[in-house]
Amino acid sequence: MLQTVKRIFLDPSRCIGCRSCVAACRECDTHKGESMIYIDYIERSDTVASSPTVCMHCEDPLAPCAQVCPAHAILVSSDGVVQSADETRCIYCENCGYACPFGVPKFHIAQQYMQKCNLCYDRTIQGKGPMCATVCPTQAIFYGAYEDWLAAGRAQQGAKPINDFYFGQQKVHTRNYVVMTSQDEELDLMALVDDVSLTELVEMPEVTAARNADAWVDADSAGIPQREVPSQPWTPRTVPVREPVRATIS
Amino acid sequence: MSVDKNIFRRRRTKQAETVDFHSGKPVHWKSDEQVDHYVATHCCYCGVQCGMYLKVAQGKVVGVEPREDFPLNRGMLCPKGTTAYQTVNHPERLTYPLMRRSGKDSPLERASWDEVLDAIVQRFGGIQQQYGKDAVSVYSGSSLTNEKCYLMGKFGRVALGTRHVDYNGRLCMSSASGANERSLGLDRAANPVSDILHADCVFVIGANIGECFPIVTSYLWQARDRGCKLIVADPRQTPIARTADIFLPLRSGTDSALLNGMLHVIIKEGMLDEEFIRERTVGWQETKALVEQYPPERVAKVCGLRPEAIIEAARTYGRAKAAMIYTARGLEHQSKGVDNGVTAVNLSLATGNFGRPGAGYGTLTGQGNGQGGREVGQKATQLPGCREIENAQDREYICSIWGIDEQDLPHAGYPATLMIPAMLRKELRACLMICSNPMVSLPDQHTVEQALRGLDCFVVIDFFLSETAELADIVLPGSVWAEDEGTTTSLEGRVIKHNRAVDPPGGARVDWQIVCELAQRLGKGQYFQFQSPRDIFDELRLCTKGAKSDYWGITYEKIEQQNGVFWPCPTQDHPGTPRLYEQRFGFPDGRARFHPIPYIPAAEEPDEEYPLVLTTGRVIYHYLSGNQTRRTPFLKEQAPYPWVEMHEQTAAWLDICEGDWVRVLTRRGEMTVPALVVRSIRPDTLFIPYHYGHTQAVNQLTNPVLEPMMKIPEYKVCAASAVRTTEKPAWANDEGVAELIEARKRRRELPSAHARPQPTMR
Repeated sequence: MLQTVKRIFLDPSRCIGCRSCVAACRECDTHKGESMIYIDYIERSDTVASSPTVCMHCEDPLAPCAQVCPAHAILVSSDGVVQSADETRCIYCENCGYACPFGVPKFHIAQQYMQKCNLCYDRTIQGKGPMCATVCPTQAIFYGAYEDWLAAGRAQQGAKPINDFYFGQQKVHTRNYVVMTSQDEELDLMALVDDVSLTELVEMPEVTAARNADAWVDADSAGIPQREVPSQPWTPRTVPVREPVRATIS
Repeated sequence: MSVDKNIFRRRRTKQAETVDFHSGKPVHWKSDEQVDHYVATHCCYCGVQCGMYLKVAQGKVVGVEPREDFPLNRGMLCPKGTTAYQTVNHPERLTYPLMRRSGKDSPLERASWDEVLDAIVQRFGGIQQQYGKDAVSVYSGSSLTNEKCYLMGKFGRVALGTRHVDYNGRLCMSSASGANERSLGLDRAANPVSDILHADCVFVIGANIGECFPIVTSYLWQARDRGCKLIVADPRQTPIARTADIFLPLRSGTDSALLNGMLHVIIKEGMLDEEFIRERTVGWQETKALVEQYPPERVAKVCGLRPEAIIEAARTYGRAKAAMIYTARGLEHQSKGVDNGVTAVNLSLATGNFGRPGAGYGTLTGQGNGQGGREVGQKATQLPGCREIENAQDREYICSIWGIDEQDLPHAGYPATLMIPAMLRKELRACLMICSNPMVSLPDQHTVEQALRGLDCFVVIDFFLSETAELADIVLPGSVWAEDEGTTTSLEGRVIKHNRAVDPPGGARVDWQIVCELAQRLGKGQYFQFQSPRDIFDELRLCTKGAKSDYWGITYEKIEQQNGVFWPCPTQDHPGTPRLYEQRFGFPDGRARFHPIPYIPAAEEPDEEYPLVLTTGRVIYHYLSGNQTRRTPFLKEQAPYPWVEMHEQTAAWLDICEGDWVRVLTRRGEMTVPALVVRSIRPDTLFIPYHYGHTQAVNQLTNPVLEPMMKIPEYKVCAASAVRTTEKPAWANDEGVAELIEARKRRRELPSAHARPQPTMR
């Protein structure tokens, strides 16, 4: 029964960082103009890699954000979806922001309440997919049951969804999955942080852009035939006569 | 994992308006609107033409809903598609005609339709009387429906009687159609996109699929789930190149050398499909003899690659049972764009990769109707249905449908890129332009500006005041895609239909009605008796009957029933042709052609003065000249201004840090942009996105040399130099831009364009 629960599978290896999910989340009628999903470029100076972050709907411990809420503003529905704060109850204390392992809750500065992903509850209870997963052009955000994910052929090349995360000693088991490789059993975030701090001493991995690149020479030096074609400029070289006149509408 | 920590700032005062979390700015969204109905239609942007529903409330388009019943995108949308609806009610829409009443220096003022239409008729008439019919030109576009593209061609030739009718597809992908016609005999992608799912190897060369055709990426990823190999050749690490099996970061402009080198390996290692070559092609021996001279060891030196990588790529491609090649503007925007396309087809033909599921070759059309726009007779040398304007039979047939005398049908005219020098020579004195923004899209902007300013009468039909419309004498407010119905032909060759959701705002009119009204006033109304787009489409179908791109069997109803129809579709009961070349190629003998293509260097190679290669391209958030997407708040915020992407080695050599202002110079001009210092680009290459206008236009710098056959400019390669500067460009002081630069400080993937940051520790 548990296996047929529909979940989000986040696969950063498929993500192209287009922020379609961000744009689509903003279209939702319940929080129009605001997005509850984030796309981060991991390290733009090294790579174009990007990764989505959205509420993972923690199952064990169940919804830490809701547990720390002094106003009982964050409700968990019977199907395990952690709802956004009830804005009539929220006291804007920001406890949930500190409790969340993934940094998901957003605080509505002007209206003074918390908002977060509720798995597009209005859509998903009617059998539709959440906006982000529906529009995602690369299906880096996949919505469906575990079996659906397998049936889509996602596991053929050794991908494996993980929903156990370690933060030091604390394990967090979530409804939504992050897709890793078949060797992984869980994601230890503190270990990742330790790895990162080592990089000052460790040589950076080679960027794919550099692996096959080399210096170049012209065709003569390389010894391949070439056809010289006379350059055909299509416009005579001139400079503009006047500054542009801005169009005015009277 | 992330959170924008600025969110934790608490504000004491309560505000009434909704605040957008991402920008921290007030937004004016309404979320309590009751949707009256949903209109099933397609996206207005790129050639993928994703299906979508528009939400309509009280006669206005208020939102978008994914449309999961369209088989290509099944609900998926890119950020441009998701926000496309926002252009419909946009506050900057033109809602009444504009006109300069007393000469070029007077402002554009509000005018009535009667006034402007009479003025156009009078001025065009005067010019044509004095200087001949051909002194007026029509410069059309490919983001229009087939009906409108067809109408523009007919309007130019029948109503104005001018030879000079061409369109902006000339700068987009005309070299791809040149290559298709030379090698395969038909100008269309060989396969539906879903064929990618059957491929064992996909070779993407010069196509930034992740950013320019995002939905196609999902097909690549699904194929790779099956074990399909992905080879990507691009001077930059594009989103799909990041995880590709083989990434070839080749030097811009060396595509034909690389492709010849790969074919060399395929011959040497016996991976040819001899039977296919014997039975279905001609001209193999000459090509074989030529590529003999391109061993990968030497080719690699020209391309700036490791030879082993070329050999590995050739083996991966050659050994695949079914392999596909996808190309796009990277390979086509060159002074030898046609040749590059032909070498790609050579590789496909030699390995027998045509006419089977997962085996093929395709060019990805960038414009929404880039495919249809180049078939329906708005090209300088073409009549509807890919018919030849200089072919006596084709002329006779079209004239019989149009009801004009063959003598009155003009002959071939100038391609769009040659209209500019003709304007400078005063050979062309007036221009009617629709759906184009050459003040962003043509190279050598300073000269283009001079040419457009020098026109006696320059009329632009557009729905926003584009950089080009700002120079016009008369601006006619047209319609966006949601305000009209009509068909487009997607990058697969699938004819689909846009549906009307709302009426144009204020005094704006539907494009085809403007054109028909003009024809009426020009005294040619009897040739333009159209009551609806359906009438135009029916005439278009008749024109294409029996032609190469045959639409005769396609009707609006059939498009609806089948979710689009692939041309050729010669009869009413024909289901359409998703995959081409299963039995025969497009030439009369049914065989494809090999053409031996020697490597031709770029027109401008780096030298001591200009030691770097400048290449241009698109980013995911903007569409073409950005006339629409730069006005969409979400998209503008993501990529508000251009930047120069450079490798950290280059940056260190030039003493440039991330966020520094950099002056990029070429022989045509210079511009100042912030630097994005990365390791995901070749160290000898600079990249600047091209979507911006005025002093932000990279086309101030690009090289205006043309491909000899199709006259496409060389956007993708020119020699450049870069220096750090402390002088901010004037645009950085504009109020809106300054705010966006401020917002950028919080996001790291774009250059922040602010004070010199601390170097990061590695």
